[in-house]
Amino acid sequence: MNAHRPVPSPQPGDHAPGVWSAKVPKGVDDYREQEALLLEAVQGAGYPSAAVFAIRLAFEEAMMNAFKHGGAEVVDLGVSVTARRVVITVNDYGPGYDPDAVPDPLAEENLELPSGRGLMLMRQYMTEVRHNESGNTVTMVYERS
Amino acid sequence: MGVDESRLRVKLQGEVTQVEFVDRNILDEGFIQQIGHEIDDLIQEHEQPKLLLSFSNVDHLSSAALGTLITIHQKVKEKGGQLRLSDIDPQIHEVFIITKLDKLFEIHDDVDGAMSSFA
Repeated sequence: MNAHRPVPSPQPGDHAPGVWSAKVPKGVDDYREQEALLLEAVQGAGYPSAAVFAIRLAFEEAMMNAFKHGGAEVVDLGVSVTARRVVITVNDYGPGYDPDAVPDPLAEENLELPSGRGLMLMRQYMTEVRHNESGNTVTMVYERS
Repeated sequence: MGVDESRLRVKLQGEVTQVEFVDRNILDEGFIQQIGHEIDDLIQEHEQPKLLLSFSNVDHLSSAALGTLITIHQKVKEKGGQLRLSDIDPQIHEVFIITKLDKLFEIHDDVDGAMSSFA
């Protein structure tokens, strides 16, 4: 994770963007609706199935973190899908957390812990994952290779 | 799809309890908890459970589902039983590799391979 790089914005050369924001209440149906819109936009922009899998997984984990660990009742979701990159921002308005303080789930002693893998998977599957200073907003970027 | 319906297809094959997941996506917290409870019931039915979980229908799972699998693994181990996983989609298998859970679980390509591995 590089905390110093700015969030990439859609560039003028990007076309057919799917850009929207939404307030998503805690509840499976609302967040599934957003997930369906996201996947439709990603597939519509021609991303391969491995990218769709990665983006879906990261979206799931980010929303789960916001609702379960952040204790959010509503999250602000921002999505930008262009032919070149996908940017997803989730703000849970909670107290936030220090992502660097999350125990390493790959450490031998943590391997059998039932939780703590979400952030690692987000980092693994997305090109970039960054948090704001208070740790209640996560921005995930998938750059098309 | 109500949460009261079973999320599993269960078949007893000799001493081995074979379990198949009904859902293509194991993502929702409520379903994951339900799956955990249902499998726990199956574990408790046997003195030394031999349990095979087939993922042949599963396209997606979340880290919460991985957590439930780890808990299942621990419960089977506590009872001196054996747990096998099989038919995992390559993209999901990659998740097991990334999280190093491929070292924790005994994973087989298919049900036949898993069945013949039980002691």
